[in-house]
Amino acid sequence: MTPAISHKAKRINFKEKSFKKMLTLSAIIVVVILIAIFFTLLINSLPSLKAFGVKFFYQKTWDPVRDEYGALPFLAGTLLTSFLALVISTPFSIAVAIFLGEYYKKGVVSEIFKNLIDLLAGIPSVIYGFWGLFVLVPLVRVVEMKFNIPPYGVGIFTSSVILAIMVLPFSVSLSRQVISMVPGHLKEAAYSLGATRFEVITKIIIPYTKSGIFAGLLLALGRALGETMAVTMLIGNTHAFPTGIFSPGNTMASVIANEFTEATGTLYTSALIEMGLFLFVVATIINVFGRQIIKRFTLE
Amino acid sequence: MNFKKIILSLLVISVAIMFTSCGGNGSSSGNGSDSTSTASKNEILGAGATFPYPFYSKVFDGYNQEKGIKVNYQSIGSGGGIKQLQNKTVDFGASDAPMSDEELAKSPAPIVHIPSCLGAVIITYNLPGDPTLKFTPEVLVNIFLGKITKWNDPAITAINSAAKLPDLAISVIHRSDGSGTTYIFSDYLSKVNADWNTKPGKGKSLDWPVGLGAKGNEGVSGLVKQTPGSIGYVELVYALQNKMPAASLKNKSGNFIDASLQSTSAAAAIELPTDMRVSLTNTEAANGYPICSFTYLLVYANQSYGSRTEASAKATLELINYVVHEGQKNAEKLGYGPLPDPAVKKAEEILKSVSYNGKPLL
Repeated sequence: MTPAISHKAKRINFKEKSFKKMLTLSAIIVVVILIAIFFTLLINSLPSLKAFGVKFFYQKTWDPVRDEYGALPFLAGTLLTSFLALVISTPFSIAVAIFLGEYYKKGVVSEIFKNLIDLLAGIPSVIYGFWGLFVLVPLVRVVEMKFNIPPYGVGIFTSSVILAIMVLPFSVSLSRQVISMVPGHLKEAAYSLGATRFEVITKIIIPYTKSGIFAGLLLALGRALGETMAVTMLIGNTHAFPTGIFSPGNTMASVIANEFTEATGTLYTSALIEMGLFLFVVATIINVFGRQIIKRFTLE
Repeated sequence: MNFKKIILSLLVISVAIMFTSCGGNGSSSGNGSDSTSTASKNEILGAGATFPYPFYSKVFDGYNQEKGIKVNYQSIGSGGGIKQLQNKTVDFGASDAPMSDEELAKSPAPIVHIPSCLGAVIITYNLPGDPTLKFTPEVLVNIFLGKITKWNDPAITAINSAAKLPDLAISVIHRSDGSGTTYIFSDYLSKVNADWNTKPGKGKSLDWPVGLGAKGNEGVSGLVKQTPGSIGYVELVYALQNKMPAASLKNKSGNFIDASLQSTSAAAAIELPTDMRVSLTNTEAANGYPICSFTYLLVYANQSYGSRTEASAKATLELINYVVHEGQKNAEKLGYGPLPDPAVKKAEEILKSVSYNGKPLL
């Protein structure tokens, strides 16, 4: 009898070990791929880094014919669209988070809402682009005509509105979680002192969760910076420096998407890759920063 | 805990997917690198231009039905097609613009250009009442340079006396993605105007002085249809399929020419160079539409490279010969300009010059 049991134990042991090894291997591979992407970008952007140095970030001309590359207009376009999107979506995301994290924590309504908001994150970005093109652009054009601005319809503002909708689920899901985590005794103490619900939200919940909400916004910002397809369809794709929020522009991601397939010449390709590298680094920093805040919050 | 488990399983799945897709890639590039074996298995591999893709896929399909030889053509863009041919991973490449001297110098061996059909770029616009417009090269350049900003500018009304032109701002729409269409269009503008030639010049992507960018022919035509007072350029095929207004242009001989398949083929009625690397824009031909171009198939002049067999080299050349001859009957139906006879003759000469170890293949 004993040998059979030990045999079985061995087999279980082997199973356990091989499963653990497989998991470790998968985890390592993911990290390796990430590092490999970074180095691929770095190595391929060397020609452009050498040729332009820091000038790459403050030069305004992007001229593939003359091989001169300055990413400032795209840098501005990326920052403008992302931050404007954040400004537009923040009031909504905080409101929705309070609604789902405080008022309707449980129940059918809350489940439906949660799922619908998560669904927003699952819609392919090209569909957002189409919707923007057919619904939002004509609306923006009407507004532009009222203000006597050239009625392009497409531009920084239109892309920001779409981005705001696209990043909403990212900030909502985190903010909702931290808001629902506010300890009950804190709230009860406030109520017992005669605070109204509004006062509890503004004086207890928001101050208590502000770093978590901020982290959610940072993650949303990270998404907005890198969003490509929908923005490409709506931003107007001009190389000129944006002159206002209604003017057409371009973002780093959309320039890469537009020009990479037919880019010939080492310097051209390299300049596009350098922009990709920059985007990668910025997105990484924002993500790491956001996660640090979340960690600190959960430790508290 | 549950969440962690889900994340872990997702990780495992994504890694697995990565591996399988990597594996897929590996095997397909493996197929490409010894194209000799694929060709002998009745398959010819090609890659390149997206613009003639509908034409090629129709012709290659017909070839497969007639000869039982399958052609695998990947429309990855002209730049990609040239790169793949240079890396010798395909039997033939395809490009809208002829390869530049620099690109040819960078290639490992001499490459020849065989024209397969003709394409044209038309000027389309969105104006109330859909008038038929005429443009001279100067007017066209000045619109795209941003010097003419209103539709009722005297320069436009002078040549379009029949049309009622509104006091409307002109919105220029151009391609935002790098494309052969932009190359042909800017090549034309560079030829007819010195200012355009110095800046922005010609290329697949430009530093446009004015206007909005849209992705692809469908993007440009979509934006033109949406924006009152806009003007843009798209491929002739696309305009024919979508019944878009197209301006007639004054060519070098001073005739106003409507964009059509006939006027496109007519543009090639000029003295053609032996290597066929020629730009047809601003053509000398009296009835030719001025913004046209050949699109090319590319092969190595000496077909004995790597592990390539004579049989597969011969199969590739026979295919190209078929495109140049029998294949041409498909061109017009699909909206491409068929090769005129002199161009077919030149293509034949080039095909005959292609050799395998010094031995001609056709």
